[in-house]
Formats: sequence, C-alpha cells, structure tokens
Amino acid sequence: MKKLWKNKTTRKSFVTYAFVVLAYVILQSIAAGGGMKSSLKGMLVPICAYVVMAISLNLVVGISGELSLGHAGFMSVGAFTGVTAAIALQNAIPNAPLRLVVAMVVGAVFAGIVGFLIGIPVLRLKGDYLAIVTLAFGEIIKSIFNNLYVGMDGKGLHISLLEDKTHLMEDGRLIIAGPMGIGGIQKIATFTAGFILILVCLFVIFNLVNSRSGRAIMAIRDNRIAAESVGISVTKYKMMAFVISAAMAGAAGTLFALNYSTVVANKFDFNTSILVLVFVVFGGLGNMLGSIIAAAVLTVLPEALRGFATYRMLIYAIVLVLVMLATNSPRLKALLARLVPGRKEEGTDG
Amino acid sequence: MKKILCILLAVVMVIGLLAGCGSSAPATSSATAYKLGGTGPLTGVAAIYGNAVKNAAEIAVEEINAMGGLQFDLRFEDDTHDAEKAVNAYNTLKDWGMQISLGSVTSKPCEATSAETYADRIFALTPSASSVAVVSGKDNQFQMCFTDPSQGSLSAEFIADRGLASKVAVIWKNDDVYSKGIYETFVAAASEMGLEVVSDTTFADGNDKDFSVQIADAQSNGAELVFLPMYYDAASLILTQASTAGYSPIWFGVDGMDGILTLEGFDTSLAEGVMLLTPFNADSEDEKTAAFVKKYQEKFGEIPNQFAADAYDCVYAYKKALEAAGANPSMSAQELNDLMIKTFPTMSFDGVTGIGMTWSSDGTVSKRPMANVIQNGTYVLLS
Repeated sequence: MKKLWKNKTTRKSFVTYAFVVLAYVILQSIAAGGGMKSSLKGMLVPICAYVVMAISLNLVVGISGELSLGHAGFMSVGAFTGVTAAIALQNAIPNAPLRLVVAMVVGAVFAGIVGFLIGIPVLRLKGDYLAIVTLAFGEIIKSIFNNLYVGMDGKGLHISLLEDKTHLMEDGRLIIAGPMGIGGIQKIATFTAGFILILVCLFVIFNLVNSRSGRAIMAIRDNRIAAESVGISVTKYKMMAFVISAAMAGAAGTLFALNYSTVVANKFDFNTSILVLVFVVFGGLGNMLGSIIAAAVLTVLPEALRGFATYRMLIYAIVLVLVMLATNSPRLKALLARLVPGRKEEGTDG
Repeated sequence: MKKILCILLAVVMVIGLLAGCGSSAPATSSATAYKLGGTGPLTGVAAIYGNAVKNAAEIAVEEINAMGGLQFDLRFEDDTHDAEKAVNAYNTLKDWGMQISLGSVTSKPCEATSAETYADRIFALTPSASSVAVVSGKDNQFQMCFTDPSQGSLSAEFIADRGLASKVAVIWKNDDVYSKGIYETFVAAASEMGLEVVSDTTFADGNDKDFSVQIADAQSNGAELVFLPMYYDAASLILTQASTAGYSPIWFGVDGMDGILTLEGFDTSLAEGVMLLTPFNADSEDEKTAAFVKKYQEKFGEIPNQFAADAYDCVYAYKKALEAAGANPSMSAQELNDLMIKTFPTMSFDGVTGIGMTWSSDGTVSKRPMANVIQNGTYVLLS
C-alpha cells in the first residue's frame, strides 16, 4: 500500500476516487436530512452527466491530444438510443434501476459504434482539420435526429426518415417524433446511478492511461513521428481513445435524458459541445479531478447567480474569465504549492 | 495586477454567495400574497416571447395588487428556451415557495416543467405553451392558448367555410414543434374539408433565409392561398421574396405571425391583405384590451403581442378562480392545486384574448379565434 501511495499517478487517481465518493456521501446525507434545496437536488443528475461528459472528452483532448468539437453528438446518440431502449423495454423490464443500466449500456454501445464510424475518416486528419470535421459530425447527428421517426407497436420497432411513415398499429407509440424529440419519458435516472457511472468511467480511464495502450496513446500525442517510428499504430490507438470516449458520452447522454420528461435533438448542439470543452479546459487538460470539479462548479454557477436576474449570464462570463486568469497565475500556483506540501513536484508536469 | 484580479475575483464570489442567500431569504415573508411563479426565455433566441409574458404578468399583478383585496407576489425566472434550464428555474421557484405557477412560456420547456409540477402537485396555467403534450395526462396543467393542432384545424375550417381558396400551398418548418403540430392537423382537416393541398414544402433551422424554391413550387402548382404555420421572422422573408418573384396569393398565418408589423426593417406594405388567426388583436376597440395595450406601451414602449395578452389573462383568470374557490394565501401549494383543479373547469372567464372562455377538465381552453386581415398597417377583424 505504501508503495502504491508513493506512485504519483496512483496517488492522483486515489485522490480523485476519494473526492468523488466523499462528494457523493456528503450530498446524499444532506439530501437524506432534508436540508437540500430543490434547485440543487434537481441538478444532481445533470451534474453527473456533465462530469462524465467532461472526463470522457478529457480522454480525447487531454490524453490523446485531439481537439474534438462534436462531443455533444455522441451524447445525443446515447440519449436517443438509450431512451428508446428504456421506453421499448418498459414492460419487459419493470425494474427501473435495471432498465436504467440496460438503457445506458445500449446508449454507450450505439455511441461507441457511431464513434467508430466517425473515427474512420476523422482520425486520418490532424489538428484544426480534425476539430472542424468533428464539429460537422456533431451537426450531422443533430439533423439526423431532427428528422428521425421511430415508433413501436406489437410488431416491433419501425423507423423512418424525413416524415413519419411508421404506420403504427393502434396500440403503437411513436417514440422519436422528429423535431419534437421524445416526450413522456419516465424519469428513472438517479443520483446514485450517476455516481456509479462516474466511478466506472474514472476506473476505465485511469486503467487505460496507466496501461501499455495508454502510454502508446500519450506517445502519439507527444510526438507522432517518434511513436510511429517505434511501431505504434497511430490509427488504432487514437481510435481506441476516441471510441471509449464516445461510449462514455453516450452513457452520459442516456443518464441525462432519462432525468427529464422530454428531450429534443437541438439540445445537443454546438453550444453543448463547447460547454463540455470549457469544462475540460477549465479543469486542466489531462486532469480528471479538475474536469470533475469544473463540470460541477460551472453547472451550478449559473443557477447560483439567479439573484442577479438580467446580469446573470454576464456575471457568469466575468467569473469564468477571472477564474481562468487566476488559476493560471504563477503567484497563486506558488501559494498553493506552499499550502499543500508535496504539490510542488507536480507543478513541473503542468 | 494579479493581486487586483484575485481581490476582484473574491469580491465577485462573495457577492454571488450573498445574492444566493438574498434571493431565498424572503421566502418566509408575508402569507398575505399568493406566490405566483413562471419560467420563460428572457435571454436567447426566444427572448421576445418570455419578456412579453413577464412584462404583461407584471402589469396584471400591479393592477390587481393596487385594487386591494387579493394580492400576488410574482417571480419570473429565465429558462433560455431549454428544458434543462427550465427545470432548474422551476426548482428555484419551488425553493422560493411558489404556490401557483404560470408554467413555462415555450412548449418544450413547459413539457419538462409540467412533469415536475404534476409530480409536485403545484397547479400550472401556462399562457402560451401550446403543444398537446403539455397538458395530456396531467390533471393540474391548464392552457390559456389554443393547442397547436386546434389552430391547424380551425384555419382549415375557416378557409373552407369562407371559400377563400380551393388550392392551397403550405410552407412549414420541419424542425419546429410548433410549425409541425399545426401543419399536421391543417393537412388532415384540409382534406376533410375538400381543400386541395397542391404544394407542401419545408425549411429548417440554418436553411431559413432563401425561400425561392418553396415559393416557385407553390406558384407553379397554382396555389391560390399559401398557409404559413410559422413565426413571423421567417414569414416576413417569404412575403418579401414572393413579392420580388411577382407572386401574390392570399397569405394565411396563425398566431406566430403576430408581430410581423412591428418587425424592424420589414416593409409593412408587403403584409397588406395577410390573414391571420389569432385570439388577440392589439387594435381592438374593446375597453379592456385598449387599456391593457395603452399601459403596456407606456411601460415598455412596444405594442403587446399575443403572448403578452395570454399572460395578462392568466393572472386575471387566477384571480377569478382563487376568489371563486374561496382560497387564501396561507394555503399550501397542494391545497390550492386541488381547489384550482375543481374550479377551472367550472368557470367562464372574460379577458383580452376572448369572451366566455371555458376550460375542459383535460386542461385545454375553448375560446373563439378571431380572424384578422392586415389593412393599412393594422389588424382589421374579419367578421
């Protein structure tokens, strides 16, 4: 154990796990005591979903070093496929937590498949080009779901594009109704499920990063030519990070959508992708704990600022700028290093 | 410099904390006023609707509070036309101690908040969220506006009854809930009424600036009337481009067309002869309406649109229902909810958007739409 603790990366992951568990225990006990405001209570599940979005994007941007601007697209795929599964299985699996898990797995699998398909052309590109193409894919996914109709009746699922040609029988139900999205969703997402999803994702990411594959991914990030020269398959390892990240985003999307009674494709637009990217940059590239804190704080902040009424979003933006400046100030970093012993050595690796 | 920044940051954070406390502190204030809450887009693309509702509700509350007797305490929160933010805003209102709700202004956010108000047993009367999903299956959700489908079928009926045209074209926005809802029932009712839909074209977000293809399609198929179930911003472009193309059918719009005359940079002469079905006419001679329009103009410097009128009516309908039910402000939200569910279907209400409005117990309103035609830059009632 002592040996483990001395290992810097292991220590860092344990601190992250501990932080998440502690936050969960504290929040749950406040909620159980009845001392929690409904505004915070209502945000617990979305916070979990955004945290998963942030750490999964951090895997692509921070660990694999590719700028992706279409992450909300995977969230969208997860949301729509997962919710469709949850609705279709409503009678087959009456147990809500089990149905939630199945839905999240379905969402993750579909988002992973889409991630793989998108990855084939996208990962051949580098830098700015990749960023723009992922952005375009995010928009394509949005328009597909805006024009997709999925219905279910006694004969099974019916799918049509552009117009509603599902021709359902009388007992049928139109699940995805094009621009109207999905309505009448049973809200089965819970904070506990979100917490478990965060832990699972952290576990996958930390183990990936510390594995042979993870080192290969980071080697490609640091120097692609050098990595290729020692025989690392660039496409394979980039694809690995990209697909895992997409699958996690899909699960987050399912969790998010199952927390509201309705979901529309326009929710997962370019703005949402950028919002998640802000979480990642804010928390620090490659820093999972930072992403978690940033996602939670930046989700709560606009709500906490409601007292400012009209100036709310202006103040949100100002706070964002100030925090970015402050956290990058060398003086503050030096101060932190003095307050927290043992942090100094980490200061060098950024 | 860094020091200043840090201090500034700290100050902002502290203010944020204080503001957070400040807004929740008066929650325990007087039990003499009903706490009325609502959410709507005060910022973002749909801000025009949210602000109209907020402004009009404020006017109504001011008027009612000035009368003495029943008192309201209004709080309106921004939801940026997003379901997630709407639920957040709703929860904030719940923390504040909201007893009765104005739901949400726009349809999708309202669908999300209505699930919450239904679960929490807080009564909601939405001024303008017109989709059916808002009220269906929920006993304590009521609407002040028509549902989208009823606008479509009422328009088709009106066109057929008046014999305005036999060949009609529809241009609609296929990624918009509002437009699609009206379109579907319009087409269904039109075929029942013997109207022939000769051209059916669509547009979508990001593809809503050039309408030459849609206009040419309607023109080449000989449509005598073009039905535009959309908001006025897109409709204004269609009118402009059709006039350039030399096509002048009868234009027929629905309540989203309301506002086209006040659109900046739009040549209102192009809107001459446009017909629209809307429950509210700001130029009406009706005493109540005239007084409301005057007050709104004085206070906010613009002519109230239909959303504002619906919100104004909502507050007055609440006043009437609360008085009729013998409620008092110290009742809990759940008690008021039960009273309102019983009272609304039994009462008849006269407001600025209609006379003798009634509600069925499923939450939908029944009121007569008024067909207006634009003449000399104002709405004229088609009797």
